[in-house]
Amino acid sequence: MEAFGLLLHGFAVLLTWKTLVLMMVGLVLGIFVGVLPGLGGPNGVAILLPLTFTMDPTSAIVMLSCIYWGALFGGAITSILFNIPGEAWSVATTFDGYPMAQQGRAAEALTAAFTSSFIGSLVAVLLITFLAPMISSFALKFGPPEFFAVYLLTFCSFVGLGREAKHKTVISMSLGLLLAGVGMDTVSGQLRMTFGSAELLRGINFLVAVIGLFGISEILLTMEERLALRGHAASISLRVVLSVWKDLPKYWVTLLRSSFIGCWLGITPGGAIAASFMGYNLAKRFAKEPESFGKGRIEGVFAPETAAHASGTSALLPMLALGIPGSGTAAILLGGLMVWGLNPGPLLFVEHKDFVWGLIASMYLGNVVGLVLVLTTVPIFASILRVPFAAVAPMIVVSCAIGAYAIQNAMFDIWLMLGFGVVGYVFKKIGTPLAPFTLALVLGNRAEDAFRLSMIGSGGDLKVFWSNGLVGSITTLAIVLLCWPAIDALLGRVGWTQRTRTTSR
Amino acid sequence: MPRTDLEIVVDDPTAPEENSPAVTSSGTVEIIVCLLLLALAATLGYDNWRTGASWDSTGPEPGYFPFYLSLVLGGGSLYGLIAALVGRRGAAEAFVTRAQARRVMAVFVPTLMFCVVTQFFGLYVASFLLIAGFMRAIGKIALWKSLLTAFLFTAIMFVTFDIAFDVIMPKGPLEAAFGY
Repeated sequence: MEAFGLLLHGFAVLLTWKTLVLMMVGLVLGIFVGVLPGLGGPNGVAILLPLTFTMDPTSAIVMLSCIYWGALFGGAITSILFNIPGEAWSVATTFDGYPMAQQGRAAEALTAAFTSSFIGSLVAVLLITFLAPMISSFALKFGPPEFFAVYLLTFCSFVGLGREAKHKTVISMSLGLLLAGVGMDTVSGQLRMTFGSAELLRGINFLVAVIGLFGISEILLTMEERLALRGHAASISLRVVLSVWKDLPKYWVTLLRSSFIGCWLGITPGGAIAASFMGYNLAKRFAKEPESFGKGRIEGVFAPETAAHASGTSALLPMLALGIPGSGTAAILLGGLMVWGLNPGPLLFVEHKDFVWGLIASMYLGNVVGLVLVLTTVPIFASILRVPFAAVAPMIVVSCAIGAYAIQNAMFDIWLMLGFGVVGYVFKKIGTPLAPFTLALVLGNRAEDAFRLSMIGSGGDLKVFWSNGLVGSITTLAIVLLCWPAIDALLGRVGWTQRTRTTSR
Repeated sequence: MPRTDLEIVVDDPTAPEENSPAVTSSGTVEIIVCLLLLALAATLGYDNWRTGASWDSTGPEPGYFPFYLSLVLGGGSLYGLIAALVGRRGAAEAFVTRAQARRVMAVFVPTLMFCVVTQFFGLYVASFLLIAGFMRAIGKIALWKSLLTAFLFTAIMFVTFDIAFDVIMPKGPLEAAFGY
């Protein structure tokens, strides 16, 4: 019940006019970002981050997280009305959402999408409220070896569980870790990989890389495609909303199942994209008539949207409790924490109570306000797509440049952003995942520091990573996950041989 | 009843043609990328080895971690290079078609010029030129609309960042003439 009292305190922190206005601004900007092609959650947050540099951390995180909620809501609008997923995690929403719009049930589909997003986030926020303080107080006992083991676990699970070609994940991650090391070494103060350049002395800023990798490269990729679009315009009436809500209890199994999948995949680095597909597929598998999916079934909207939002929200749990982001956007918020002078990790819950509980309270409030906002303003946001891309593209480029420059007031960063834009474009086209790179770049220095501090503590003995049950099991789990594809293949072979034996008998 | 009275239709007059020939294949690009990454791994690896990549009494030296990471990067790229050279299956797939490349360049070149102009004349002048020029030349939007949009957007950015939020952008001679 301590969590409840602290949460109430969080609401008290939040309920000032200034914060509420920032919240609305964040939500509107977020929906905008979610609807526009060529902009998404992560880069929207990254580009708008500079706006918050002069704010106090609580207002800043409230605004940024509201941009994130807004982007999550916004992605559904274009999927349903235009059959264009604004975000990768809304792809599964188009399967049944667009057919519904074609049948003239757009308002129903949109209401279903927004409502299930709300439910998904709510479940995840409840999880964060009660689980995050527990995990963080447990993690307070962590020393450098435990932290390094957790970082190792994060990296290994990306390699072992990712769906991309393994060597590409390894390339992406090692490149990120290497670039994180450019500049001054935090332990010895020596310069590394700067090649005498004064510009590289500062190191390669994580946020600059993200703006280039996601913002600029997304513009280049969007231009490659045909940008003509044709879609339905819809406004939602109160009657439709109420009729959808009245039917909600019928779908409680789907909603609960998807929330659970989303929370699980959000905490582990599986992500919202995997969650939305899994939610959809499971709903289809357990349905009485699976063949009706894809033809405009409302459950086909409920399932992926709930899972995507539960996952997007619960990705913030490891970020808050351990300082390890569960998604790209969470990684950017983590980058923000460092800019505002907060040290991410379990101490956050002890040293910055106002900040943490303000953020958690803003998740509750932001989702309620967001739901009302999207339900009432859909027609306005849908018509944003009328604005020609030729006008939107240069504005996004300018916003990216402003964002990149503002972080360190360096012209060099604008060039760096452009370079990362090209890298991001090429990597995406040849199927090299960018998420491991982002994660490695933001965690690289912390992981290295943790490793070297453990080594100083143990006198250079690697056995420290197996010195007690906790650190030992995390390290072992990390290694198992790294080798998972091989283990899986081995297990599969055993299972396969057994099966053939039984059939031959 | 749900309302789907009006439809939103946006055309794309300069869309890339479907049957445009490929500029290069994915396989070729993968080979080039792997070669570049190998070169990068070698350069960084050498620099870290020079810094000190061994293990002393207090644990690893500053270059230790990055040195072995460059080995990992080098190994991964070498594997990728061999896989791309041997596996010809996905390699023939088009990386980018000529029509697509034209469109991508239509954004990339202006963006590059925007960065150059920002370097010498400041961000706001560059922003105005980029938006107005892009809307007019690529989007074929009426000149007055392009100029007005560019001016309004740039002005809003200036007020938001430089004045309201105190986030100072690079400025050039034009802003100096107005006393900023």
